[in-house]
Amino acid sequence: MSGFDTTQPAIFTPRSGPLSRTVDWVIRHPRMFVFLMVLPITLWLGIVYIGALIALLIQSFFSIDEFSGIVVREFTFKTYGELLRPYNLDIILRTVSMAAAVTIAAAVLAFPIAYFAARYAKGKWKALFYIGVMLPLWSSYLVKVYAWKLVLAKEGILTWLFAKLHLTWLLDGLLSLPVIGGNSLSVSYTGTFLVFLYIWLPYMIIPVQASLERVPGALLEAASDLGATPRQSFRMVLFPLALPGIIAGSIFTFSLTLGDYIVPQIVGNSRLFIGQAVYTQQGTAGNIPLAAAFTVVPIVIMGIYLWGARKMGAFDAL
Amino acid sequence: MTDAVTFRGVSRHFGTVKAVDEVDLAIRDGEFFAMLGPSGSGKTTCLRLIAGFEQPTAGRIEIFGERAEGVPPYLRNVNTVFQNYALFPHMNVLDNVAFGLRVKGVGRAERHRAAEESLELVELAGYGARRAGELSGGQRQRVALARALINKPRVVLLDEPLGALDLKLREQMQEELRKLQRALGLTFVFVTHDQDEALSMADRVAVFAGGKIQQIGSSEDIYRRPASKFVADFVGSSNVVPADLAGVGAAGQWASLRPEDIILDASGREATVTGKFFHGRVTKLSLNVNGQSLTALIPAHETTPEIGETTHVSWEPSRAHLMEHEA
Repeated sequence: MSGFDTTQPAIFTPRSGPLSRTVDWVIRHPRMFVFLMVLPITLWLGIVYIGALIALLIQSFFSIDEFSGIVVREFTFKTYGELLRPYNLDIILRTVSMAAAVTIAAAVLAFPIAYFAARYAKGKWKALFYIGVMLPLWSSYLVKVYAWKLVLAKEGILTWLFAKLHLTWLLDGLLSLPVIGGNSLSVSYTGTFLVFLYIWLPYMIIPVQASLERVPGALLEAASDLGATPRQSFRMVLFPLALPGIIAGSIFTFSLTLGDYIVPQIVGNSRLFIGQAVYTQQGTAGNIPLAAAFTVVPIVIMGIYLWGARKMGAFDAL
Repeated sequence: MTDAVTFRGVSRHFGTVKAVDEVDLAIRDGEFFAMLGPSGSGKTTCLRLIAGFEQPTAGRIEIFGERAEGVPPYLRNVNTVFQNYALFPHMNVLDNVAFGLRVKGVGRAERHRAAEESLELVELAGYGARRAGELSGGQRQRVALARALINKPRVVLLDEPLGALDLKLREQMQEELRKLQRALGLTFVFVTHDQDEALSMADRVAVFAGGKIQQIGSSEDIYRRPASKFVADFVGSSNVVPADLAGVGAAGQWASLRPEDIILDASGREATVTGKFFHGRVTKLSLNVNGQSLTALIPAHETTPEIGETTHVSWEPSRAHLMEHEA
């Protein structure tokens, strides 16, 4: 046959050099390959992350001596008792309600955007979608929050816009509502909610989009073909299949809101959220055990949340 | 009798692409109708037009005499077996099959009983608790069929349903589909790019190309009397030869000549053997006759010449079919 050199060996000579030989050896030992790949992440998660969590947990079972302000390194539930005082319970309830509201609103807002991106956006429209969603993440979080403070302020653009649209009565009505109202949006829970929603929204859109991307269009056609109205298709097929993505997104929005201490500090009234409580307790108050106990709250809540989601079959479609 | 599906001047254009272009079609009640064509020929779009996933750009579609343009899929009593089955991954087999009844508001116990019956029909009784992912390709195919039948549709649409199956399973499913269709007396519309499958299963076949129907007829019509060079080429295995060489017409016309009609004959034309393939019952010879390539199927009991040898072949001119139009 022409073009084929039959004098060529069937097996080529082994590669030389220590790196090449090590690589060749690892390739021949797949288990070693896997081991080397997971080693860094195991060290990171196992020692740095889990280790820190355990240290935190231990701290929360210590208490503080009220006179000297020194941490007493003895096992006690005293700090948790302190955590359950009405004032601290209010902080927890406030934070959890805010996190839940932000998560639900983010899911409702994210779904249509993610659906559009997964189903209809192609080529440059898809690129535009990714840029549009990710772009806000490129700028500093602090800058965005301060920008929102100005937007929401009494003299801000939103008040001006409502006035121009002759809707000042609507804004005033909203602000006069109990709990969610206030002197202006920037010092109300509504303002805090809007800023949280804005800064965490991308973390909901991306996982929902990824989960919708994996739902073949034929499944929706099949549902429709079998007689499901658009509403039924959504409820019985699309939503259950997107649920793992929504749960993934809600883990971000929920836990990020639970732990944040900057947004409520800048936009909102003076009532504390968990993050601020932790900040105050470990800083000014110097009560490390109580700060640790506060930090355990979001961890426990997320644990319960994930366990409940699993029970309800949120991960069945995975 | 009202036809099951009729198309009158139906077009479906996507921008400048004419996926379906002025198609006229009448599918009879209770027949097994195949839409055959290469990919991009418009056959699948036609199926989707019947299902309601696509709406025509122009023309008129009737299903059992009722206008169907603008009617969404969920208001059509037509069900589809999808190419990759499109089984719901988050439901077990029973819930997949029962889905059509669930959306109609049928109670749990009743719809599960009906789904069990539907599974029996496709010989999958007792598989209800499994997940779609745990089934083989052939079993998924049956589940998809059971699901499509549960609403007792007037027309069943099948989009390349056997494409993903291996040969043996495909032949078995062809037989079963055909049997089921006869037993139920339902209209089946079947899309395929496999000529043998279309010809062996269907009562009638429509051959598609370029968004238009090239020929509609019984399997035998399509096979014996292809209307155009395209149909003869696509339905395959047939030799498309100049009509004067075949001995049935003038130069410039084309004729089709079945490979099994070419015989080894010492008094025939001279032919060079360029290829030889043993197929068991027959031996397939690739021949060159006056620069024209021909395929011949020679019964296995005859002695066949080897590659490179010269032999002689002939055929009965009456066996050659002169094609009416040029395409």
